[in-house]
Amino acid sequence: MRDVYIVGIDMLKFGRFQGVTPGELGAQAALLAMDEAGVTIHDIQALYSGNQFDVVGMVAQDIQKQIGQTGIPAANVKNACATGATAFREAMYLIKAGAAEVTLAVGAEVMPRGLLGGGETAGLNPEGILGSASMPAVFAEAGQAYAHEHGATFEQFAKVSVKNHHHSTLNPKAMYQKETPLEEVMGAEMIAYPNTKLMCSVNVDGAAAAVLMSGDEVRRRGLMDQAVKIRASALASDPYTPRNLAMWDINAATRLAAEAAYEQAGVGPDEVDLVELHDCFATAELLHYENLKLCGVGEAGRMIDTGETALGGRIPVNVSGGLLSKGHPIAATGIANLYEISTHLRGKADRRQVEGARLGLAHVVGLGTVAAVHILEKAN
Amino acid sequence: MVEYRGVAPWVVIEDEGAHVQARRCSRCEAMLTRPSLACPSCGAREGLAPVRVADRGVLHSYSIVHRSFPGVTTPFISAVVDMEDGTVLKGNLRGVAFDPEAIRFGMPVRLVFDEAGVDAKGDRYLSYFFEAA
Repeated sequence: MRDVYIVGIDMLKFGRFQGVTPGELGAQAALLAMDEAGVTIHDIQALYSGNQFDVVGMVAQDIQKQIGQTGIPAANVKNACATGATAFREAMYLIKAGAAEVTLAVGAEVMPRGLLGGGETAGLNPEGILGSASMPAVFAEAGQAYAHEHGATFEQFAKVSVKNHHHSTLNPKAMYQKETPLEEVMGAEMIAYPNTKLMCSVNVDGAAAAVLMSGDEVRRRGLMDQAVKIRASALASDPYTPRNLAMWDINAATRLAAEAAYEQAGVGPDEVDLVELHDCFATAELLHYENLKLCGVGEAGRMIDTGETALGGRIPVNVSGGLLSKGHPIAATGIANLYEISTHLRGKADRRQVEGARLGLAHVVGLGTVAAVHILEKAN
Repeated sequence: MVEYRGVAPWVVIEDEGAHVQARRCSRCEAMLTRPSLACPSCGAREGLAPVRVADRGVLHSYSIVHRSFPGVTTPFISAVVDMEDGTVLKGNLRGVAFDPEAIRFGMPVRLVFDEAGVDAKGDRYLSYFFEAA
């Protein structure tokens, strides 16, 4: 199938936008991406919009009402934390299939506040009886399973948060730009051991959008200089494992998606220059070093201790600040990650630029379970 | 005599007492707690036979939960346990200090059954809990 390129991509600075609809946020991001691509709404041949929490859920059409109702195919995507990445992937495949030349993908979210989940249940709510289904606890258990097998420590998990908060001081679009020393991270309110409050992603609102084009269209418009090539797009659900009736498995789906993505791109993990991975909780990041093959079995603790995944290290991870400090508006996250990678490949990441970046990987994982991995390459 | 409901479909209450019930897939040996139309491991639609789950296992993973949803009493230990017969169960670990120093991966635990609470309609529930064995 033919190659597809990102030609315009942008995100709003993540923050709190209560009283604004996801359609309004998504429309703002869409216009930024369209302006960068030099297209109008009349050039867009299809729209895929990602959103998780809107009650009505017709956010694509809300976006059209903000920026232009041209009658194009528009569809709404909901896929937990992989929602944005899934919308992007659908927009890509329409072009790959030859059914469009220019498409628009948007992820927009106005978040419910507090801990996610915990809605009404029939009968007795089993929370606090059959353990916890809260996200901090679920991801703590995933991290502790890794600690059980490979000896990772509370301190090593906490160092992830120190690193990503540091990175965010260099990213004006992150929710926070604040250093958090190790003692502050470890000493913060304990939410679900070993995740303290500063080891949980930030609940914020936001939107991100991308304009995609076929190679022919990019060349026709003379936009190859700003284009970013999509080398791989992989989506996976969790295969059965003996424990996943009792605990969500964030590893198996990520491994499947990563293997498929490396195969599609024809590259190995050692050729990737930077990674944005799903650090929804500090415990998760270490697991994904191994799941994405950035290190060997049991080596994730060493990776964070030696600074290999910090800006300037062997394979910088989450130089945007990650979900831990940039913030995590569920449906926007998957496209915001692609924006971060694209910005580095274009050499426009200013103080947080990964020098000479040519290949980047973006990963998201949502509970249920879904994982998406994209590999992007500088076009020229 | 008080009538109890099981807190989950795999908690079975009989006159002689409560136990955890799973289904064993005769094709792939998977031990399944949640109801399903076919085996999620191999897709078999038949040969899913109910079995009584072992009452002992070892601690695979845990979190000490200090903040949960509104109305839920904290702290508690959320534990994932590998039972001796291959079933994996999640539940609260009781009788252990809320301190990582007091909790050991691989520690042997046993199932105990106890009252779990009352729902909005006034129905009373029974659940399993893990205790150090």
